[in-house]
Amino acid sequence: MAVLDRLRERLGPAVVETHEHRGDATAVIERGALLETLQLCRDEPDLAFEVLMDLTAADYSRFPGREDGPRFEVVYHLYSITHNHRVRLKVRVDEDDAVVPSATGLWPIANWLEREVWDMFGVRFSDHPNLRRLLLYEEFVGHPLRKDYPINRRQPLIGPQT
Amino acid sequence: MSITPTRREFMLGEGSGTGSGGQNLHVGVGPAHPAMHGIIRIATELDGEYIRKADVEIGYLHRAFEKDCEVGGYNNAIPYTDRLNYVSPLINNFAYASAVEKLLGIEVTERCKFIRTAMSEISRICDHLTCVGASAMELGAFTVFLYMIKAREFLWELVEDVTGARLTISYGRVGGVKADLPDGFATKVGHAFKQTREVLDEVHRLLTGNRIFMDRMIGVGTLSREDTIAWGITGPLLRAAGVPYDVRRAQPHWAYDRVEFEVPTQKDGDNYSRYLVRMAEMEQAMRIAEQALERMPGGPVNVDFEGRPLDPASYVDQGKQGKTEGLLLVPIRLSPNLQGQSRGALQQVNAADKRVVLPPKENAYGSIEGLMNHFMLIMEGYGIRPPQGEAYFASEGANGELGFYVISDGSDRPYRVRCRPPCLPPVAALPKMIENEMVADLIPTFGSVNMIGGELDR
Amino acid sequence: MGVGSFFTSKLDEAIGWARKYSIFQYPFVTACCGMEYMAAACSHYDVDRFGAGLPRFSPRQADVLFVVGTISHKMAPVLKRIYDQMTEPKWVVAFGVCTCTGGFYDNYATVQGIDTIIPVDVYIPGCPPRPESVLDGLMKLQDKIAIQTQRF
Repeated sequence: MAVLDRLRERLGPAVVETHEHRGDATAVIERGALLETLQLCRDEPDLAFEVLMDLTAADYSRFPGREDGPRFEVVYHLYSITHNHRVRLKVRVDEDDAVVPSATGLWPIANWLEREVWDMFGVRFSDHPNLRRLLLYEEFVGHPLRKDYPINRRQPLIGPQT
Repeated sequence: MSITPTRREFMLGEGSGTGSGGQNLHVGVGPAHPAMHGIIRIATELDGEYIRKADVEIGYLHRAFEKDCEVGGYNNAIPYTDRLNYVSPLINNFAYASAVEKLLGIEVTERCKFIRTAMSEISRICDHLTCVGASAMELGAFTVFLYMIKAREFLWELVEDVTGARLTISYGRVGGVKADLPDGFATKVGHAFKQTREVLDEVHRLLTGNRIFMDRMIGVGTLSREDTIAWGITGPLLRAAGVPYDVRRAQPHWAYDRVEFEVPTQKDGDNYSRYLVRMAEMEQAMRIAEQALERMPGGPVNVDFEGRPLDPASYVDQGKQGKTEGLLLVPIRLSPNLQGQSRGALQQVNAADKRVVLPPKENAYGSIEGLMNHFMLIMEGYGIRPPQGEAYFASEGANGELGFYVISDGSDRPYRVRCRPPCLPPVAALPKMIENEMVADLIPTFGSVNMIGGELDR
Repeated sequence: MGVGSFFTSKLDEAIGWARKYSIFQYPFVTACCGMEYMAAACSHYDVDRFGAGLPRFSPRQADVLFVVGTISHKMAPVLKRIYDQMTEPKWVVAFGVCTCTGGFYDNYATVQGIDTIIPVDVYIPGCPPRPESVLDGLMKLQDKIAIQTQRF
């Protein structure tokens, strides 16, 4: 696919692997080259990914075959209005080093999306202006979308402690 | 106080002078506030009537949608998706089902695609009616709200005919839909749309040229084209800023490439343009739904078997007693509640894939293969098992691009389901839209953003 | 004596009758049930004919708190505060299954029934309840208001 070819050409070894499962162009990028990649995707005229559609993460600690690999994968979905193409970029980080550079400088919406990833997974974003919880309250302890957080461990603020 | 206090300082005390003392008033709007769009907290800093800074806090309706989806099978997540954007639940159902179908690599039937298109458009009209009605009510036009909710009732009767429920319908399934359309649906749709068009006409006469409405909405809550794109805003707000991006046009899915419709755009990016875009979209949605119902392939299935028709209870009894010889050929008289779920009808609207779609009841009770098929899809540990992988499917929700990102690990439960909420970017951009506007401008701006709590907080 | 209690019971009935037909609701709307609440309050399934058609958007001015929609743990302190701000006599209606028992949201974020936080008078189950159920619940609330001993 043209997008993946262009990324491989410009970034070289920073692109760890690519695939096109079910037609979605996906590239796994090394963390150090992430900001450069995102800038390239946004500014290069042939790519022109003006819109950061989604920024999310996934916890691979219970995925069959990947339990020992890097725990978190931060996923960026980009879309280009000019060329009408999409790409998915992924960055893999370990649990004890779960820090990813923040994309807030490139797209202002990354501010809230990264806050949500911090809230749900505990992946920190360096240089984020305001990294606090988005969907849960500050007194909440833990990161619920991690696989080791049981779904009904409640932490009520008022009322009976269940 | 300065040496010679100004009259204002003298009356109000120190620091309340020119603003260099900087005592802005902090007013919190929410979380429980009457604008009836949902629960959200907007902490504003006011200088008189002007909002200098605003900080939006969300998450008051966080119901752990993504975590709940990982607990059961793929079809288990459908009721949770209903309650995401609860004013247009059909679009969420179908978008999620399409994401899983993409992951499985299967195609649904043509008739199903047309049904999905028509029902999504009906849902879209319901959403826009609620949004415009509620925003108008907050500006004082209570009559408009009553008229639009009345029109929404007509549409909900249609939805109830097809799905059985008014609001949280759980109609989509992975591989198709729950049941075929009932008889005479197209006539009912024609009637309901005629009444809806009358209501829209009345609302146009009441609001579109109304001096007060225009004064409150024009030039308010403006967001420039570049900002709208940078903030990732899609849907009616992006089209009101001049970018004709519509997922239905850009990546046609279901039957959107076989119907004709326009994508209304405006250029100003203020509240009034968003209102005009929504009103025009409702008309286009009605057009799409009518075309989809006209062009739908397939139709009522007349089975021509020999043998007396049995009522369902005796059919099941015979199956359980093992008297299944020839049972598959016997037609069943289904109750009106199950209209559209007879074998022929169900096979028209569901993909012909045994690993995904439940067999019709005639097969489940009338033959051993059907029974085994049913078992293999329902029992824990079995069920729909897409191969390992991930897929992202984008559809056009009422507020913008509604995307579902599903990761499968090969088992019968989704490993990760992510919903890309279309109303998160506009709410994130709300402080930018209302800075240096007056407090009273916050209300129509927030109304035109159409924040739906279930989708924002998931 | 008998005569005195006859007058007070007739007065109770009269006040009960007056209170039950002039319900000022505070619709604490959070989620999907809000759509059915709107449907019940608008012209098709009119709630105004029961005297309950004027929502007061301030807890100080309301007497019935309709808790409509899921209450999450983040929202629970706000709900308690609103309930505390209402003046007596007050009643609470748990509208929708999420407020009755938590609904099918058995997870870390949802309060499993608002009766763990505030006392509830009428439970209206349904996800969301049809407007007919809402009207039935409202009528039961009216019966409850009418028969209780009125303090004033």
